[in-house]
Order: sequence, then C-alpha cells, then structure tokens
Amino acid sequence: MLLIPCPFCGPRNESEFLHGGPAKARRPEDPTALSDAEWIDHLTVPPNPQGPVREHWWHSRGCGQWVTILRDTVTHEILPEDRHDRG
Amino acid sequence: MTGGEFRNPTGGRIDRTRPLRFRFNGRPYEGYEGDSLASALLAQGVRLTARSFKYHRPRGIVGAGIEEPACFVELTGEAAEGNRPITTVALREGLDARSVNCWPSPAFDLLSVNQAVARLLPAGFYYKTFMWPDWHLFEPHIRRAAGLAAAPERDAGEGRYETRHWHCDVLVVGAGPAGLMAALAAGRSGARVLLADDGREPGGSLLGQAARIDGAPALDWVEQTVAALDALPNVTRLQDANVWAYREANLLLLTERSPAPGHLEQRTWRVRAARVLLATGAIERPLVFADNDRPGVMLASAARCYVNRYAVRPGRRALVFTNNSSAYQAAAELQAAGVEIAALVDSRPQVPDAAAALLPDSEILAGHVVSRARGGRQLRGAAIRPISGGAERRIDCDLLCLSGGWSPSVQLYSQSRSPLRFDTGIAAFVPDEPARQAVACAGAAKGRFGLPAILADGAEAGRRAAAELGFAAEAVALPAAEPEPALEIAPLWHVEPDRRGAKAFLDLQHDVTLDDVRLAQREGFGAVEHVKRYTTAGMGIDQGRTGNVNVIGAIAAAQGKALDEVGTTTFRSPVVPVSFGALAGAREGSAILPYRHTPVTAWNQERGAVMYEAGARWRRPGYYPLPGESFQQSVDREAGAVREAVGLYDGSPLGKFEIKGPDALRLIELLYSNAFASLKSGMGRYGLMLSDDGLILDDGVTFKLGENRYLMSTSTAHADEVHRHMERLLQVERPDWRVWITPVTAQWANATLCGPRAREVLVALGTDIDLSPEAFPFMALREGRVAGLPARVCRVSFTGELSFEINVRGRDMAVLWERILEAGAPFGLVPVGSEANHVLRVEKGFLSLGHEVDGTADPIDLGMAWALSKKKPDYIGKRAIEIRRARAAPRRELVGLLTEDPQRLVTEGAPLTPGGNKAPSEGFVSASVWSVVKQRSVALGLLMDGRARIGETAHIRLKHEVVPAEITRPCFHDPEGILLRS
Repeated sequence: MLLIPCPFCGPRNESEFLHGGPAKARRPEDPTALSDAEWIDHLTVPPNPQGPVREHWWHSRGCGQWVTILRDTVTHEILPEDRHDRG
Repeated sequence: MTGGEFRNPTGGRIDRTRPLRFRFNGRPYEGYEGDSLASALLAQGVRLTARSFKYHRPRGIVGAGIEEPACFVELTGEAAEGNRPITTVALREGLDARSVNCWPSPAFDLLSVNQAVARLLPAGFYYKTFMWPDWHLFEPHIRRAAGLAAAPERDAGEGRYETRHWHCDVLVVGAGPAGLMAALAAGRSGARVLLADDGREPGGSLLGQAARIDGAPALDWVEQTVAALDALPNVTRLQDANVWAYREANLLLLTERSPAPGHLEQRTWRVRAARVLLATGAIERPLVFADNDRPGVMLASAARCYVNRYAVRPGRRALVFTNNSSAYQAAAELQAAGVEIAALVDSRPQVPDAAAALLPDSEILAGHVVSRARGGRQLRGAAIRPISGGAERRIDCDLLCLSGGWSPSVQLYSQSRSPLRFDTGIAAFVPDEPARQAVACAGAAKGRFGLPAILADGAEAGRRAAAELGFAAEAVALPAAEPEPALEIAPLWHVEPDRRGAKAFLDLQHDVTLDDVRLAQREGFGAVEHVKRYTTAGMGIDQGRTGNVNVIGAIAAAQGKALDEVGTTTFRSPVVPVSFGALAGAREGSAILPYRHTPVTAWNQERGAVMYEAGARWRRPGYYPLPGESFQQSVDREAGAVREAVGLYDGSPLGKFEIKGPDALRLIELLYSNAFASLKSGMGRYGLMLSDDGLILDDGVTFKLGENRYLMSTSTAHADEVHRHMERLLQVERPDWRVWITPVTAQWANATLCGPRAREVLVALGTDIDLSPEAFPFMALREGRVAGLPARVCRVSFTGELSFEINVRGRDMAVLWERILEAGAPFGLVPVGSEANHVLRVEKGFLSLGHEVDGTADPIDLGMAWALSKKKPDYIGKRAIEIRRARAAPRRELVGLLTEDPQRLVTEGAPLTPGGNKAPSEGFVSASVWSVVKQRSVALGLLMDGRARIGETAHIRLKHEVVPAEITRPCFHDPEGILLRS
C-alpha cells in the first residue's frame, strides 16, 4: 500500500487512488505533424523502466486531483517529485 | 490426576485451581488454565500427536510456539478453525481439537501404509507420476490424502471481524526482553508507541526460561515493566496479535485474536508507523540425522519452555544433542525440574568450560553426534558415535533435545526489502545495513544473544527511534541480568545417515529430507528458490522457521559453497497464516461495494419490479411484472405501451456533467469526434467520444445551456470512466485550459416520458413550457416548471418515439414520479424497465455500451462515419482512425439480423461463422429481442464486412444447431426518424 502525496490532502493511502499509468510525453497539439510510426509509438509505447518512473494517479476517492509521482518500480519508493502540473 | 502424570507439583504459569476439560482426537483430557493444548497433552503423557504430511510417519510435538513444524490441529465447535500449530492453541474449557493429516487417529492411521512405500515417493513424485493423462484427474484424491484441515463450515461473516486503521510514532513488534525495553524507552520519551506481541502474555522468551533480572525471577520484571507501560497514555499494548506483513511506506498489518471475546473474533490493524522496531526474537534450529522426527525429539528451547512455563516434564530421561552452548542452560533447567539428563552429545571437539560447568554431574560427549534416533511411535533411544566415525553406542531416552543454533526472526525485516547477511559468528542470517525503510531490529532478532546484551540493545533501539523522531528520549535504567555462556556455535548442517534410504528430515511439515534436496541438486534444481519449489521445503504453514536454514546448509554442502552464496528464499507475507475473515474485516456483502439508488428505487421495489444492477452499481428496474405475467409478456406489454401510447422510464442514473469556462467548447470539441461549434443555446447534439486509439469510449447528448456553459450526458455505466478521462485530459494534458467540470448525476433525477402520447401527458401534468414541435423541437432543452416543480426538459430519444426527459432536483423526483403516473393513467401510461428499453433501442438500431460498443468498434464499423468531423483539425481518436482506415482491411460492421424462422430468438453473444461451419468466427450477435412492432425476432450483430453483405445470409452457430439469418440494415422501425421528431 503506497502512501501517495496529494497536494491538497497530504499523504494518503493508495486505495484512495486509481492508477493512471506512466506519464507519457504531453499529447501533441497537432498530431498530424507526427509520422504514423511516431504517433503509434506515442500511443503504444509507454515508459517502462526498471527504476524511477513518473506516473499519474487519480485521487478518485479523495479530492479528484490527478497527481504525478516519481516511483521506483524496483523498491516501490516514492521519490521527491517535481511540483504538480495543474496551473 | 488432573494436571497429568508429567506435571510438577509447583511452578509454571498455570492455575492449578482451575482445571479445564478438553477433547483431543475424540478422547477426553484435563489440563489447567494457562496451558497450551500442547503442554496439556505432554502433561498427560500424550507423545504421538500427529502424522506427517506425505509419509504419514508418527510425529510428536517439536516446538513450544509459533515455530511448531510437525503438529497442526483443527478446532471444531464454536470457534472452529483449521491448521493451528498445536503449541499456539490456548487451552479452554470444552476445547475440541483434532490432528490434521491422519484418519481416524494418529495412533491408527490408515495412510501410514505410505511409510512402507516411502522409497517410491521422492521429491516431485506426484508431478512425475501423475502427468498422464492429466494431473487434474488425480489432484483431488492426492489433495485429500495429503490435505490439511477442512475449511470451517459455518458462515464467516456476521460481523465477527473488523479492521482498524492506526498511526503511531514507533511500532514495536514483540514483547520479549528487547521489545519491552524498547517500548519503555520510546514510550517514556512521549512518542506514540504501539507494542504488538503474538503471545497470550508478554515476556517472550523469558516465559520459557528460569532467568533472573535484578535478583528476582525475570517475570517479576516483565510484570513491572508492563505495568509501567500500561500507565503511559501514549502506549498501546496488544497481546495475541501477530504482525504478518510489512508493506510499503511502513505499513504493517497485524491481526489480533479475540479482542472482544463473544463479540469479535479477530481484528486486523493496518498500522502506519514512523519507525518500526522488530524485537521478534530468534527460533532454535533442530539438527538433522536419521529418523530425527520420532515423537519425543524436541527443540531444546521448547523442552525448556515446557518445564518452566507449564511445569510439564516433556520426558523422563533426556538426551541433549547440540552444536552450541545454549543447550547447556536448557539441560540444567530440565534437570532442575526433575528430568534425568542421560548425556549431552556435543558435535564440537571441545566444550567451553562455562557451558560444562552448568552440568557438573552429567556425561558430556564432546566431538560426538547422534547418528540415529530409535523407536517408532515413541522415541526409545539414540545411537551415538564420534563425529569422525567409529563405534556406535546406544543411549536409552524418551526425550531427545536438539539445538542446532538460532535463527533470528528476520521475516518482517526482509519484507521491508532490507538486506540480510550470513553471520558466521552465530551461523545465522541476520539483518544487514542499510535498511530500506524506517526500520531497525533489536535483541535476538538482530543476532544478539545473552539477556544483558538483549536488554541493553532493546533500550538503545527504543531511545534511538524516539530521538530520530525528535522526542527527548532519556536513557532508561538498565536492569541487571545474569549472562548465559556465549553461543560459540560450530555449524553442523547434518549427520550423514549410515544406512542408505534412512530419512533425515530437514522440513518436518512437508516431509522434505536430505535425500530430497540432493535429488533436486542432481536433477538441476540447484538454486535455493528452485529447491524450495521442487521439494516444497519451507512452503508449509510454519514457513520453514525451523528447517529453512538447514536446507540452505544442505545446499551449501552439496555445492561446496558458503551459506551466503546460496542465500535465502524470499520472505513473503503473511508471516503467519491469516484467516480470510480477518483480511476482509467488515467488508462483506454490499458493504464492500454499495449499490447506488435513485429517488424511486424504493418505489420500484415496493411495486414488485424485478431489479437489475445497471452499470456502475445502480439499481434499476428490469421489468414490472403484473400478476400471472411471464417475463416475455411483461416486456412485450411495456414495449408495446411505448410504441402505441406512452411509457415512463427512470433515467436518473444517466451520467450528467456541467462543463463551464471560457475553454468549455474547446474541451468538448477535443472530446467528441463530431463538431459542436455551431451548436446554439438551448439545443443539444449527439456525440461520440473516442479513446486515443480511435475506438468508441462513450456516447451521449451534450446541450448548450448558455455561453461557455454545457450539460453533457453520458451512458450510465461509463459516467465514472468519462469523468476520469475528462479530468485527466484537463489536469494532465491541458492544465492551462480554463474549464470546470461538475458531476451532477445525482443532483438531476430524470423521469423519461416516451411514446406517441408523451406530449399529452406532459400537458396534463401542467407545464409553462411551450410544447409545440416548432417551439420545442427534437434535440432541444427547455427550462420551466412541470407539475409545479422546477425542471429542465430535453427532447432526446433512446426509443425512437417522441420523448421528453424531465430532469428535476433529486428531492422532487418521487413527487414527480407519482404525479406522472396519475396524470398518465388516462393515456395508458405504464412504467417501463430496462428490458423494454433494450427492445425499443434494438428495433431502432441505437447503440448500447457493452453490446455493440464492445471496446473494439470504431464509429465507421457502426455506420456512423457521419459523426467524424472532417473540418476539425484534431479530436481524440482522429489520427488513429485515419491510420487504421488507410489500410483497407475488412472489419466487423454493424448489421441487422432476421432469423429465417421469425419465432426464433437466439442468445445474445452467439458467434457468427462462415456457413455456420466450425471455423473462426466472423462476428457475433450483439443483441437479440422480440420486436413488438415487427412481431418477430430481430437482432443486431457485428459481422465481418457486414454492410457489403446486406441481403445475404449469415449463420449463427449455436451449440447444437446452426440458425440462418438474413443480413439487413441495422434498423427495424421508422428508419427516417419521423416519430422521434414528431
């Protein structure tokens, strides 16, 4: 059970969150600018490192915030993260 | 004699004034309050208490606590429970226990015939032998023969379990000498301390020893320390509480037995601790030699515990076999309790003087080993020889105490992902640095031995944990204790059996022998994890507490390696068996995932509606049967009423979101595949929402309420998913957009009037909204009052008939519902359920999530290419559809299906195959209903290249027949949509 830092609610149990997968590059403003191969890569090749990965979690049973954390896939440790993205 | 023939008249932590009657394998016995089931049986001279797992060899009690590897019992009656180590069962009046693994009793066990064929049952025997034709044919019989206890028959629920969440500064695991000192040091600093101990009373190893602290019995010190702890308001203390898992971020799970007898059987605590101190002690290891499993062979520490804690002599004449000095103290205490010490057999060439001095009158055989235990159902003696070989000598005894060294209980430390190392000084795996979480070990769990060292280590660990958290921890005065002789262990991993085929057991519970480990080595299963899986060593209920290190020793010896090169297997949770009830807690039945109710759920249930679970746990009526009506008659009546008169449907669960902000339209344009820019206020538009891979995620109508203000409706089942999708898009991908999404599903209840007379009912209800088709056209939304209630009314249709969705505040819904039924009666209005709704939408060929929208369909597959905007530069799914459509491979497309026999209804989901042959499917029937307008069966399906095949015949392949069906357009009623616009 991870303890996920939520910017509004503080550290909360993983069971309050839904996993949103590893963070990909931001969705391109103009997908037509990408080649087919690049677009298919964008859709189907998520980051899957052995080690720290940035990933999204939705605080669905809490405040509704989408949270981005840096989690080590080997140790399950949540590493100090860059600030949350919402402006 | 009540207490038993082997009970001493004084001493022990038993209450001789409170005799307890109990039954074991059907026979009546008596013991005392304070006894464990094991001690009570030993006191009565019961030695044969179990049969082994595989060979059904006779077994007796080996341990005194959680480490017991040989003897498991099933408790029956009120507190039925399976597979409890006999040593952990507290005796109580009326206890009824039965040995597992034997039938009818351990003394007369029918499967003991396995012993005769033991040579034919090596490791992996079952997997090798019962391969053909199919392991599953044999498995049930083998499981029954090998099986453990049966699951209790009674219902596990009824609130007998609960879960408690807990936060503390310091969690101390274990209330032995180290744990008590640690808790006291941390507790006095003011830190919030939780002290959890698996024993029935605190004291840990001190309960089983005749140790002294501050010149008095050690248990006096335990009593004083516990009183001091209980006086601290910041310390919480649990007994009979097993900590069984160490999870991420210092979350530990523990289960407390009988926290409130009569009310609550078990309580699981989920503890987040800032610091964890593991004072879990150490477990003694047995020694490995031929027939080392005979009843009467026992751990030296266990025998010591029986005489001290229970005043029970586990035998009359004991032989002690050891490779270290700790057994000398045990032997001295046995002797003091009246057990004759036949001799001490010590594998070390020289016995340290400090150890030998404890037993001045006993024969000590240094440099000797026990090569074989003698006896069958009861130990009769042992064969002794010099370690280097030589003449054998026999010594008679009825108790053989073993000490092969001590293994610190590092399970939880290892589960915290912290490393272990092999300490050659004590021949054991011990905690290593650095710890991966905020955890430390103290006392024997850390590999410290000798009471003075353990007390000091506990105090220091407690002080440090509190200090690290910023509490002003003062040093706690250390009590004075007598040191025991140093361990001075010389590892002896096994004594080679003299006779081929003799069994020297490493893992008593799973009957794994030295030969099995060697067989695994020969057959290529060399690594420790492979040996475990091949032989099942350490996979029993006891988790190999006593046997695992000896297995590693055997592997190391076979491979000529050091033990730390071999390493340990992974320590997994649960550390001790946990019942399913304790895991679930109060989360049973609907408490785990409650239903959602609309304001008229109760009304529906009172009217005898058959309730379905619609998506997302909504309760919704399936149909409203009248007395004597069949399912089909009810559905036909309801669907017919909508086509000919008017029906009333509870549309409340429909997902609803208000979307506001300067970028609201921008968001909607990105979410939906079709264009919304031209939408005018007060009007709505149907949209298809796609995922980025171009497949349909959801559909629904979005209304423009005003400038930068929209009301989006989604399917019932996908409302939560759509919410997640939208919030993610906004928060993660487009955080700079100014849009706010408010879910209003529960705020707006929805009663839907549908049918040609819907307008008349609405007029009869009374409304200030102009209902003429010109003023209130199809796809419009109007606000006003209906039946005196503030309402938003939308003209959308899921049935193909004239429809008005009347949205009111949730609290007004029940009133509105009653008024509609009243006002609608003269027009033939009936309430309709989701079954009739399904018929009506299939007749129209409208999509339904989970039917046609199955997660693989895109809009073109479903004939909705019109919904794909060509003007918009981007929407979610656009690029993926373009790439997919650039490759002209045939796809499954939505079609109608009319069975040749119009009466024939086929099962939804039935496959379509080419010619009805046994061939890969080319599609499936997505929906199949009895049409009230066509008076025949109609179906929808997804069929490969279906639109090009309209007019041809498809074949529905059922289990016993093939049903031919004409392929048609996917609409059977009013294809021009005149009625819904009327």
